[in-house]
Amino acid sequence: MKLVPIAALLAVAFASPAALAQKKYDPGANDKEIRIGNTNPYSGPASAYGTIGKSIGAYFKMVNEQGGINGRKVVWVSYDDGYSPPKTVEMVRKLVEQDQVLFVFQTLGTPPNTAIHKYMNMKKVPQLHVATGATKWNDPKNFPWTMGWQPNYQTEGRIYAQHILSTNPKAKIGILYQNDDYGKDYLKGMKDGLGDKAGMIVREVSYEVTDPTVDSQIVQLQASGADTFFNITTPKFAAQAIRKAYDIGWKPAHYLNNVSTSIGSVLKPAGLEKSVGLISTQYLKDPLDEQWKDDASIKEWRAFMAKYYPEGNLADGSNLYGYTVAQTLHQVLKQAGNDLTRANIMKQAAAMKGYRAETMLPGIRINTDGGDFAPIESVQLIRFDGQQWKRFGQIMGK
Amino acid sequence: MSRKQLILIAIVLLAACALPLLVSNYRVFQFNLVLVYAIALLGLNMLTGYNGQISLGHGAFYAIGAYCAAILMDKYGVPYWATLPVAAAVCLVVGFLFGLPALRLEGLYLALATFALGVSLPHLLKYHHLEKWTGGVQGIVIAKPDPPFGLPINADQWLYYFTLAVTVVMFVLAWNMLRGRIGRALMAIRDQHIAAEAMGVNTAMVKSLAFGVSAMYTGVAGALGAIAIQFVAPDSFNIFLSIVLLIGIVIGGLASISGAIYGALFIQFVPNVADEISKAAPWAIFGIFLIGFVYVMPMGVAGAVRMAVARLARKAQNK
Amino acid sequence: MDAFLHQVLAGLATGGIYASLALALVMIYQSTHLVNFAQGEMAMFATYIAWTLINAGMPYWPAFLLTVLLAFVLGVVIERVIIRPVENAPVLAVVVIFIALLVILNSVTGWIYSYTIKTFPSPFPPEPIFGKYMSTHEAGAIGVTLVVLVLLYLFFRFTPLGLALRAAAQNPDSARLVGIRVGWMLALGWGLAAAIGGIAGMMVAPIVYLDPNMMGGILLYAFAAALVGGIDNPWGAVAGGFMVGVLENVLGAFVIGNELKLVVALVLIIGVLVVRPSGFFGKVLVTRV
Repeated sequence: MKLVPIAALLAVAFASPAALAQKKYDPGANDKEIRIGNTNPYSGPASAYGTIGKSIGAYFKMVNEQGGINGRKVVWVSYDDGYSPPKTVEMVRKLVEQDQVLFVFQTLGTPPNTAIHKYMNMKKVPQLHVATGATKWNDPKNFPWTMGWQPNYQTEGRIYAQHILSTNPKAKIGILYQNDDYGKDYLKGMKDGLGDKAGMIVREVSYEVTDPTVDSQIVQLQASGADTFFNITTPKFAAQAIRKAYDIGWKPAHYLNNVSTSIGSVLKPAGLEKSVGLISTQYLKDPLDEQWKDDASIKEWRAFMAKYYPEGNLADGSNLYGYTVAQTLHQVLKQAGNDLTRANIMKQAAAMKGYRAETMLPGIRINTDGGDFAPIESVQLIRFDGQQWKRFGQIMGK
Repeated sequence: MSRKQLILIAIVLLAACALPLLVSNYRVFQFNLVLVYAIALLGLNMLTGYNGQISLGHGAFYAIGAYCAAILMDKYGVPYWATLPVAAAVCLVVGFLFGLPALRLEGLYLALATFALGVSLPHLLKYHHLEKWTGGVQGIVIAKPDPPFGLPINADQWLYYFTLAVTVVMFVLAWNMLRGRIGRALMAIRDQHIAAEAMGVNTAMVKSLAFGVSAMYTGVAGALGAIAIQFVAPDSFNIFLSIVLLIGIVIGGLASISGAIYGALFIQFVPNVADEISKAAPWAIFGIFLIGFVYVMPMGVAGAVRMAVARLARKAQNK
Repeated sequence: MDAFLHQVLAGLATGGIYASLALALVMIYQSTHLVNFAQGEMAMFATYIAWTLINAGMPYWPAFLLTVLLAFVLGVVIERVIIRPVENAPVLAVVVIFIALLVILNSVTGWIYSYTIKTFPSPFPPEPIFGKYMSTHEAGAIGVTLVVLVLLYLFFRFTPLGLALRAAAQNPDSARLVGIRVGWMLALGWGLAAAIGGIAGMMVAPIVYLDPNMMGGILLYAFAAALVGGIDNPWGAVAGGFMVGVLENVLGAFVIGNELKLVVALVLIIGVLVVRPSGFFGKVLVTRV
């Protein structure tokens, strides 16, 4: 009988291309939902960053209300790890083994991510867009399931070193750094960037997150005769450092690390007039920067915050960071379509060509491929003029 | 020990052995940590509960044990089980040496000294001259041991059984020690140290040894913990760990061996429960739990159990 | 030499911060013979109350006074509601309650106010009057601490209420026999400690910026300062605070570097305590057998 072949022909004729593109699922994904896991420090010394997890959760709440991604709702499962690696291990194991998430996204901090690095790759579960700037996440050959997102700290340090070498080859550099992986990564970047001129560093002083102030360290740096200052501090200490340097009359060429460039959380508390001349790099727009007052993407972000995360602080750059990285994931998941296997998630994440979220600075793009697991590698040098972060020079990096 | 108590312990042990075969790997991992904390809490209880020397810095000994295991496994390829005696020996010595000057300090001052120890250790671990060994801020990653002899269980289960065996051994040793002369000497010093001295107890020796042995127990726990988590970093061992251990022995029950187990269950699971209850302020919920437990059971869970058992026994007698 | 002087003065400024919280610790110890580990968080919470009032438009000094009053009330309420039920529990159980208070206050503040740093205004003029070595606020904060110190000393030494407070802490039973309402003395002690903590917080916040984790690091230094100076002596606590501040700065800048300055400072402090167990200015307690 010719019925079967006719039936087959009819089936093919009426089948839509989407149904033909077979639905493939790994644990955590089905027709209705995509489960995404995360750990963030909602408590403990790094609790200031917990707002990132909240803003990402709010973003996906918005996406769900707008219909989800390819018809599926996002289930955002985020646990507190208090920035403690043993807790991160426990929570991530819970996410992978008990909550059965499809992948883990934006886990925050270098030690927490180091603790789960081997585990994620052994289990073949994506450790996607980790929230740290360490260099080691870009290693697709040995760790094909781990990928970073933001520009890494060492590259940034090198960019400042290059700038110093080209503008003031006789500079005497003083460095203040936080005594942890983040601080030491930046320090290494600057030293690598200076190469055999590393002797230009006349003093490097560290501080702990538990220190009340860094005033003593600033005084030490001034006493060393440094005329260039590389400031590797997190927001609270950056504000203290900027203010103290001004108050004691020390006016070095002041390079501030990207983590602490927020006008609302750092420069205003320090004093806008005391922050004139600061040089840094940036890849995102600053929500309090005057030049973006009428910018469409910032307005859109403000509307999002008002509706979905009203208790979030509009002055906090971390909330813009969370929004932007969530948009990146949104793109990855859109690209994945109906093939929601873990392998395909990594494949799509590693196949972003020239993608841009509008809250990024003009000219900054995301590029990844099989050998390049560093999505954002370009940054823009910026200088603070008392009101705005003015971009200068070219976009550096890729 | 009465027959009833022995039967009870046998039942608990049986349940503990059956556990990995009944629950998921993730739970086995969690209960592994419970055992680790139980050993650590037993160590702290020896010092603070039985001997009255308050320690707000026992996390430091936990860290030392953990780093011993990590450095030996990572840099010298020592097998995981061989790191335990080394961690024990190192912590015994360090604890004893710390206990010696601590003899001059009492109460608040000892609390400050131990607090200082707990706060200082992460700084030492990060110190750049020691980075070669400690891995500095990056920490040390270690591999999970595989079950030996090709046993048909996975790595998580094997590690649980290994930890369980060590736990049983350490608990038996402690029970033996605490119910004999040494235990009585410890408690005599805690309650009436001048009288104890007058009765011929060498308080200086006993107190310093108490520090040493207590540190040893917590150090072994640290080593086991490091092997279970497969990672050590200074951030894992901050002062909060010391505070959590103190909370554990108070909630579990001071001067009580079973208290170590109740306390371990509390500090492992209650923070997770608090996290489930409130995403916004989980530690506030944990704090409320703490207050609740202390109000209802000021002598700890072990104390409450003891009172309940006594009341039941009296009821049975009166019938 | 200039650098050394600068570090010493900077050390006195941070020392003033430690001294102000140390006074609150002395207060609570004098009235209860316990060290409240939640004192720092209570001070931080009081400072947030002040911030809320000032942000709502209240001028500085009225907000300051109202906050001190509210902090006092908060201290009394905490003592009556939370501490009172466990007065007969073992000491360590009470310590756990303090820790619970600490985490509750920290967590709730972070939830209500978020963790972004906030600026807190200073009542002192911004123009530095001591050259660039010390800002006017830092000098003013030291001044306020000294004023509180003198008031505290006078209160304990020369007023009947102060005497009653000390008696209630040292010997509650005898105190009751002479008619002192021990329970209310304890509550008063907590209220005063909370009020002093609030003042400390409002002096500290303009320097270190206001955030929920503001007092964590300071508490350790304040504790060490209070003990090394003599926990039962407010003069000692303040002297201890300045000593610790200067020691820390000088060690970090000239001796051991910043990585180990805390470790060395603590070792030295404990060394002092081993040699002089009551601290520099504390009363030596002799127990009769």
